[in-house]
Amino acid sequence: MDRSSPLALEVTDLTVAYAEKAVLWDIDLAVPSGTLMAIIGPNGAGKTTLIKAILGLLKPAAGQVLLAGKGYDQQRQKVAYVPQRGSVDWDFPASVLDVVMMGRYGDLGWFRRPGKRERHLAMSSLVEVGLEDYADRQIGQLSGGQQQRVLLARALVQEADIYFMDEPFQGVDAATERAIISLLQALRGRNKTVIAVYHDLQTVAEYFDWVTLLNVRRIASGPVAEVFTEANLRLTYGGRIGFVEGISQATGTAGAAEP
Amino acid sequence: MSSQLEIVLIAVVVAAACALPGVFLILRRMAMMSDAISHTVLLGIVIVFLLVDDLDNPLLMVGAAAMGLLTVTLVEIVTRTKLVNEDAAIGIVFPGLFALAVVLISVYARDVHLDEHIVFQGDLVFAPFDRLVIGGIDLGPRTLVTMTVILALNVAFIVALYKELKLATFDAGLAAALGFSPVVVHYLLMALVSITAVGAFDAVGSILVIALMIVPPASAYLITDRLAWMMSLSVMIGVIGAVGGYGLSRWLDTTIGGSMVTILGLAFGLALLFAPTRGTVSIVRRRRRQRWVFAQTMLAIHLLHHEGTPEAEIESRVDHLWESLRWEPGVAERVIRHAEQHGVVRRSAGMLSLTSEGRGLAQEALSRS
Amino acid sequence: MNLTELLDDLLFDYTLRTVALGTAIVGIVSGVLGSYALLRKQSLLGDAISHAALPGVVLAFMITRSYGSIVLMAGALVSGVLATLLILAVVRSTRIKEDSALGIALSVFFGLGLMLLTVTQRMPGARQASLERFLFGQAATLVVADVIAMGVLAVVAVGLVMLLWKEFKLVSFDTEFASSLGFPARALEVALTTLLVVAIVVGLQAVGVILMSALVVAPGAAARQWTDRFGVMVFLAGAFGGFSGVAGAALSSTGSGLSTGPVIVLVVSLITVVSMLLAPNRGLVWNWVRQLRQRRQFRIETVLVDLLALSQQHESIDYGHTVEAIHAMNRGRRGEARTLRSLQEKGLVTSRPGGRWSMTEAGIVEARRILEATGEIPDPGPLPIGQVRVTPS
Repeated sequence: MDRSSPLALEVTDLTVAYAEKAVLWDIDLAVPSGTLMAIIGPNGAGKTTLIKAILGLLKPAAGQVLLAGKGYDQQRQKVAYVPQRGSVDWDFPASVLDVVMMGRYGDLGWFRRPGKRERHLAMSSLVEVGLEDYADRQIGQLSGGQQQRVLLARALVQEADIYFMDEPFQGVDAATERAIISLLQALRGRNKTVIAVYHDLQTVAEYFDWVTLLNVRRIASGPVAEVFTEANLRLTYGGRIGFVEGISQATGTAGAAEP
Repeated sequence: MSSQLEIVLIAVVVAAACALPGVFLILRRMAMMSDAISHTVLLGIVIVFLLVDDLDNPLLMVGAAAMGLLTVTLVEIVTRTKLVNEDAAIGIVFPGLFALAVVLISVYARDVHLDEHIVFQGDLVFAPFDRLVIGGIDLGPRTLVTMTVILALNVAFIVALYKELKLATFDAGLAAALGFSPVVVHYLLMALVSITAVGAFDAVGSILVIALMIVPPASAYLITDRLAWMMSLSVMIGVIGAVGGYGLSRWLDTTIGGSMVTILGLAFGLALLFAPTRGTVSIVRRRRRQRWVFAQTMLAIHLLHHEGTPEAEIESRVDHLWESLRWEPGVAERVIRHAEQHGVVRRSAGMLSLTSEGRGLAQEALSRS
Repeated sequence: MNLTELLDDLLFDYTLRTVALGTAIVGIVSGVLGSYALLRKQSLLGDAISHAALPGVVLAFMITRSYGSIVLMAGALVSGVLATLLILAVVRSTRIKEDSALGIALSVFFGLGLMLLTVTQRMPGARQASLERFLFGQAATLVVADVIAMGVLAVVAVGLVMLLWKEFKLVSFDTEFASSLGFPARALEVALTTLLVVAIVVGLQAVGVILMSALVVAPGAAARQWTDRFGVMVFLAGAFGGFSGVAGAALSSTGSGLSTGPVIVLVVSLITVVSMLLAPNRGLVWNWVRQLRQRRQFRIETVLVDLLALSQQHESIDYGHTVEAIHAMNRGRRGEARTLRSLQEKGLVTSRPGGRWSMTEAGIVEARRILEATGEIPDPGPLPIGQVRVTPS
């Protein structure tokens, strides 16, 4: 582990339970800053729960979370969150620009209304995700991929250091997926940390440089090259390993194709 | 039969008749449809009354039931436009129809014994005096006869279509695939709810109809998972509400309807607190028991994770636990003692180590998940 | 009575002015807070709350022996909030679903209220009517003191909405995101729901418990159809509510013997129906017209493409095809003759003798464009293309 850069995220002994049934058991994570990390695991592995517990949206039964060395309450301004697309009511009467501006509400604090500056910042993050022409559209009139990009723009406008994204590629077309990935890589270029719940095992090695394999407990966490192995995947996905051969090949070829 | 006994009997029959279709309303998450239907039937009654000019005409019942079905259909149409969600559709449709009924009454039928008050309060006390006499034979209080017929209808419907109802309620998709139309079952059920609401509405008022349809089945739902048992329990709870409510009303010299609802509310409260496995008391007790087991497992897993790692030295120190697991020192001590007693950990010189049972416990917990 | 007289009365008739002011306040505040309830999918909560307020009203009277608006409204507020908290707690911690919890709270609280109400009947000097107006609403009995009490509560409620505009909008849209930004989302939600209770309590004595739920749901539902902007929606809902209140008061004052509450609800229901039908973009009529136009466009395109396919089977594009042949390709749809005539008006087909039809050059270009747009790459047809110079425009 690269100890020279400070840890963006440090989770120790995190246990989360619903009604005394563990959803996550004793999770330890140490993620250096400037990494692009995928959280992968089967359905019900607790991926979303992990993100929510880190963000303080769920109260853990035990353990602690440090973001750049401090608790979430102190680091809130440096953290951005992209929830699952399905968790938002897309019929809500709000325009694309409205939703993106909500990313500034935390910095605005109580009572202050968004003004010119917020509008400007929101517009420029819409430009980054290529939705500037849609600023006035009602959010329900967008395609799935566009909606995902709106949520991404809302996170970008928070100007955070660490980004947590829950399934940012769900229901997204291939072009959007590439656009999002290059955005994430640009964030990494600015030494930001991105932690995303991810599903497509074929492209993990291509897109991410750090990975956490999760199935209620932490199976493994570290650089993709060390951790994303067939043995670990077998541990994570249990008996459902029919596809694992394909993955290890995919990781091999993806690694080779990388310039 | 004394009129007091007749009142109790009516209350019992009404409660039983309402509880049966109520079970399916609860299970199909349509409880608030009873609210809508029990209000809009008034419009059906008013319209038919304006046509036939007779408050005792059986057609009133038909009109009311038809209006119940119309309400259900309208709510579905409005929901299907996707302009508003189902909640809002109910909230738009029924007050509108009800307001129309009230306006019609005040314009055309002001001098008749028909007003919006009956929505709130039927008069069970006077029910024994309105008798059904056919061919010179006194068949009993009109309400009792009507409600008995409705109860019989409900029982017959449920017995005849038990399998279909069950299937359409728990797996509408499968029901359709097997050739029972869930739509037909749905509308039959709604017709039944409407008829029951009209009959009961006359006796106890419409808000009470909602209580009789929803509260007993909801209480039963806290107690059992089996449909047949849930129906029997609902009827029983409804009957208890009827008899207890009558008693309460005599004691406080107050309205029978309100008293029945109050008793039913108490019954629901009791079920909420004391139902086996799902009651609050048993949940709290179970949680409390599980909490120590859970904490002990958490400790075992924590120790297992750090066994043989460089930081094991620190992580297994008793006084370090509160720091890494964020346990209060007092709690940590209790958990450790609990774990020691169960042979999960050993303590020596302020250091914890797993016993082989403890290791087994941790591994099992991890593999189970 | 004509409109001018009605306006005149509204402005100068003391009683009517008081009543109309009261019902306008009720409409505005319930429209505004109801919009939030609608967006948070809590429409029926309003129904439950308004019924659940009854025991609070009666108990407040029994304890204080006062009929003062403020006292009774305070009682309503307490039992409304209590019912809401119970509903939320039951839904969160048991297997009882939301609809059942609403129904239970609504009917049990109301039943309790009715029971208490009969008890008060026997209390010496009790004026039953003063409490019963909470059941059915008696806008006509509103006096200035009532209106002032309602107004104060309404100003507080709407004032808080303005003050916490950004925060309420955020939690209504995305609660978890609001928490992640550090706003106390749970507390804000409770505040919004409490304000909904306030709005309902303000309206109870004017409209009554059953009809109050319409004033919570309908203005917001109507307003939503006209706009996609949150601020406009809330404002419009307030306006619809307020207008219904005034219109209801005015219409029921015309001596027809109508009580105000139901008339207000009829007005607001009418506004909702009209909005759902006619509002641009979302309205149903709008949608029907759009669908009709699309269907016609589809018919035109189908016939044109079919005609292209037929032409490709023949030597010359001038070959005339019968309506029957086109009909046969068109899988039993009707109305080809009319479609052909409208195509002719656009210059895409020409009629041939004997009721036959053939394509023009422009028609062929158009048909190919359609096929390309739909992704069905046309068979690079042998004849027509060869014989006709197709100039891409």
